[in-house]
Amino acid sequence: MELNIYQQEAFNYQRKNIERFSRKNLLWVLFFLLWIVIGGYALYLQIAKGHVVTGMRDNVVWGLFIVNFIFFIGLSYAGAIISGLLHLFKVSWGKPIIRLAQMMTIISVIVGPIFILLCVGRFDRLHHLFIYPRLQSPLTWDVLAILTYFVGSVLFLYMALIKDFAVYRDAKMDVPKWKQQLYKTLAIGYRGGASQKRHLIISQNLLAIIMIPLSIIVSSILSWIFGMTLRPGWHSTIFGPYFVLGALYSGCGALIVAMWVYRKMYRLENYFTDKHFINLGYSMMVLAAGYGYFTFSEYFTGWFGSAKWDSEVINKLFSMAEYGWWSLFANVAGILLPIVIVAVPATRKTNWITLAAFVMVIALWVKRYLIIVPTLETPALPMQDTRMEYVKYSATWPEWALTFAGIASFLLFFTLMSKFVTVVPVSGLEDTSHHPQHHSSPDEVKIDKVQLS
Amino acid sequence: MILSKINMKQEEITDNSRRDFIKNAALATVAVTACGSLACSCTSKSVVVSEKVRLLSPDGEIIEIDSAYLNHQDNMAVLSQHEQRVGIAGKKFVMVVDLARCKNARKCITACQKHHYRPEETEWLTVKLMKDSDKAAPYWFPKQCFHCDNPPCVKVCPVDATFKRQDGLVLIDNDRCIGCKFCMAACPYSTRVFNWNEPEMPFDMKNLQYSAENGIPAKVGTVEKCDFCPDLAREGKLPPCVESCPNGVFYFGDENEDTVTNGDETVGFTQLLKERGAYRFLEELGTKPRVYYLPPKDRQFPVERGYDNLPDNLKERFKDIMEADQKKS
Repeated sequence: MELNIYQQEAFNYQRKNIERFSRKNLLWVLFFLLWIVIGGYALYLQIAKGHVVTGMRDNVVWGLFIVNFIFFIGLSYAGAIISGLLHLFKVSWGKPIIRLAQMMTIISVIVGPIFILLCVGRFDRLHHLFIYPRLQSPLTWDVLAILTYFVGSVLFLYMALIKDFAVYRDAKMDVPKWKQQLYKTLAIGYRGGASQKRHLIISQNLLAIIMIPLSIIVSSILSWIFGMTLRPGWHSTIFGPYFVLGALYSGCGALIVAMWVYRKMYRLENYFTDKHFINLGYSMMVLAAGYGYFTFSEYFTGWFGSAKWDSEVINKLFSMAEYGWWSLFANVAGILLPIVIVAVPATRKTNWITLAAFVMVIALWVKRYLIIVPTLETPALPMQDTRMEYVKYSATWPEWALTFAGIASFLLFFTLMSKFVTVVPVSGLEDTSHHPQHHSSPDEVKIDKVQLS
Repeated sequence: MILSKINMKQEEITDNSRRDFIKNAALATVAVTACGSLACSCTSKSVVVSEKVRLLSPDGEIIEIDSAYLNHQDNMAVLSQHEQRVGIAGKKFVMVVDLARCKNARKCITACQKHHYRPEETEWLTVKLMKDSDKAAPYWFPKQCFHCDNPPCVKVCPVDATFKRQDGLVLIDNDRCIGCKFCMAACPYSTRVFNWNEPEMPFDMKNLQYSAENGIPAKVGTVEKCDFCPDLAREGKLPPCVESCPNGVFYFGDENEDTVTNGDETVGFTQLLKERGAYRFLEELGTKPRVYYLPPKDRQFPVERGYDNLPDNLKERFKDIMEADQKKS
């Protein structure tokens, strides 16, 4: 495999990340595994005793698990759209980020549906979805959508990785035998020849063209699980675009946070430069404005009209005695804060932008909760139940434990993945117009010229 | 017997005149009609027969007990999965609830729970205290499943576990239900309940082949709801809620026959709807319920009668509405 000077530099700088498994890495992995084990115990309780260990009851039938499902799948869909767009428009500054976005796509689409499996009452009967499917049901559409999307995103990531695997194979890295063999197998004989290159480029372009509309479609299908019911707050015509934009927005934020973490962990300041943070910050700001517009549209319409049901949900969302504080947090920290931080030049800095992104991601998780739970707590028929757990949903410790286990697995996958491939794609840095030294800004860290092997 | 009578008459046509033929045909018609109405009245009201059955007790003695104490569940095993999904031919079950008569006696709820072996907390049939607006008077509102003709629950089930039958009923196959609860989110009438933990079934019921027609045995992690008791309809009996109501609130019957009965009175279905100004709950949702309500006009009981004799835990449920109403009057 022939590498140009920048690719060589990127590879040499990052190869130790794959070759070495430091103590720090081990500690983080153990930490994540601990959370997963706790979640495993919670899962055992849920299987042994039934879903009564969760906070869900006959009125609020969907709780934390579905919120997590929507949250993670949203991140996944965003990853696909972002990596697809960056690839198709050959955005020069975007090249180091594409891999990160693709990783987020795959990892989220694995973690997200696991929460659905947890929420289903009889997961010993999940095969019924495949042997007795009913095509009229939005849930069946979602199953088909996620499966298709999963295959597409795996292919997309793999296509982008082939060249890198060829580089790792040829570089004779200091890795155990099985890893070397794996690289060799996964590189499927790629040697950089003209026809191979052409095929790879066409496949990648094709997949990118498919993945973008596919993500929009599957994101809309996800929203129609709620939109197709008759419940207030759910049966809204705006739900499809609302969820697409919400996914894109939260995914952009998660990408910024992931970039910042890897930058810190592997000292990638030359690749994830401040310019990247600022550009993604601008994207985040625009998406925030769009998402804010949709949110405002939803709430304002519901509030202005006199329809009893819709008014009840809106009142519940904004009354300080009920969900008012959460709504305030979700909307201010989730929408206004990122806009302000990126708009004001003084705060348009890497660390500030990352902080805004991090808070925004949490705020959007709360927003998903506010979409699902208050509507379920407002049925048309008065509840008239004295059992508090039937009237108001409050998540129990198994649900929280499984939520954190899900987050821990998400982070664990990212950690393990970064031990398998380089975070900044080596072969992707083909464009000579992009190389780290040209994007200098006053507070960028200067790194000495790296030894070329 | 009737058929042979008709045959005999036809043989004599060549000898007798037309007058005789008309006379005999009229007699035959009357006979058929009489037998038919007798058969109809037999199926529309359950005949309580106190049969004594002889059994061998565990101690080795011969005892005689009322057949009413025996579980008549064996006939359920005969129905195949397919038959359960197709439904009873020729029937189109419908229910009319007379809100003018309901006084929250709650005998319907206990009878339903007893028939289906469900605990006190599981209410497939609930009674709510509704107050439509500030100045409107509160009224007791019993609600089962509406077995809608355009059911939002059936629309969203991903595995076809809940289905609409030709006899109008919407049932659930709890051998197929995966417990995703989409139907519960989709039902706007909060009619479905979920088995959050292992349901308590009497030991002899636990290993029966599940029947969608009576929901026995209950299965953990699945959804259930009122089923209009088709198992009893096949035996010519009324659902326990209809029979046990002391005030005749529930009328149950067949739209094809245009007849509903509450165990005591049998009335014409469309006639009842017209005379009493019947309506359906949340008609504007377009779900086309099969349960009609007769407005709470000219009530048999003041609404307080349903509140005064309640146990405390139930009084808690309706306290807010009752106190607001009592304050006004």
